[in-house]
Amino acid sequence: MVQVQEAAFDLGAELDSFGTGLADMGAIVSFTGVVRDVDGGLEAMEIEHYPGMTAKALEAIAADAMGRWSLGGVKIIHRFGRLVPGDQIMMVATAARHRKDAFEAAEFLMDYLKSRAPFWKKEHLKDGAQWVAARGEDEDALRRW
Amino acid sequence: MDVLYFAWVRERIGLPKERVETSAETVRDLVAELVAREERYEAAFADLSALRVAVDQELSDFDAPLGDAREVAFFPPMTGG
Repeated sequence: MVQVQEAAFDLGAELDSFGTGLADMGAIVSFTGVVRDVDGGLEAMEIEHYPGMTAKALEAIAADAMGRWSLGGVKIIHRFGRLVPGDQIMMVATAARHRKDAFEAAEFLMDYLKSRAPFWKKEHLKDGAQWVAARGEDEDALRRW
Repeated sequence: MDVLYFAWVRERIGLPKERVETSAETVRDLVAELVAREERYEAAFADLSALRVAVDQELSDFDAPLGDAREVAFFPPMTGG
């Protein structure tokens, strides 16, 4: 259900294997986060995490989603380490009988991953490095659930 | 107990993890002990509203009792996804 890894992942292969055996699920929704360049100045995005806590925190978020919506499955992959613009950072996928549950659960997972999973991003720009600050709107996004 | 630091908290304090002998009753008491040690701790813990804490790998808060906690981690608000 949850993978925390430094290596890249193959989105197509992951979605194929996620969908296998879910024939009674009519909807699979996935979201992929990609490292975005900042005005051509981003050399790398370094992602730090808390190894002892990360997988447990992601599993708790996934279990929470399974309890709130009628889902056939949830998958979360989140990478750490040094990534460059265009690299995939993470993905979530949800499977449900109907699309509404799958879409909503995917949004819920993303909102919680942003603010409740122990990852920290540091941008390495051409003229120095800086930690990415959490945004107030990310915290606000949790309140709708 | 083990005390862990992540992201800029780790950078300000200058280490990722250390063993701390303490009888602090709450997270806040532990922070007070650390701040009293050296300036770099004071710099890292200057604004607690900018920090988050996990006790035994579960998100917690600064008034939480430490009890028999084995691991406390301090870090800035998370930026996953």
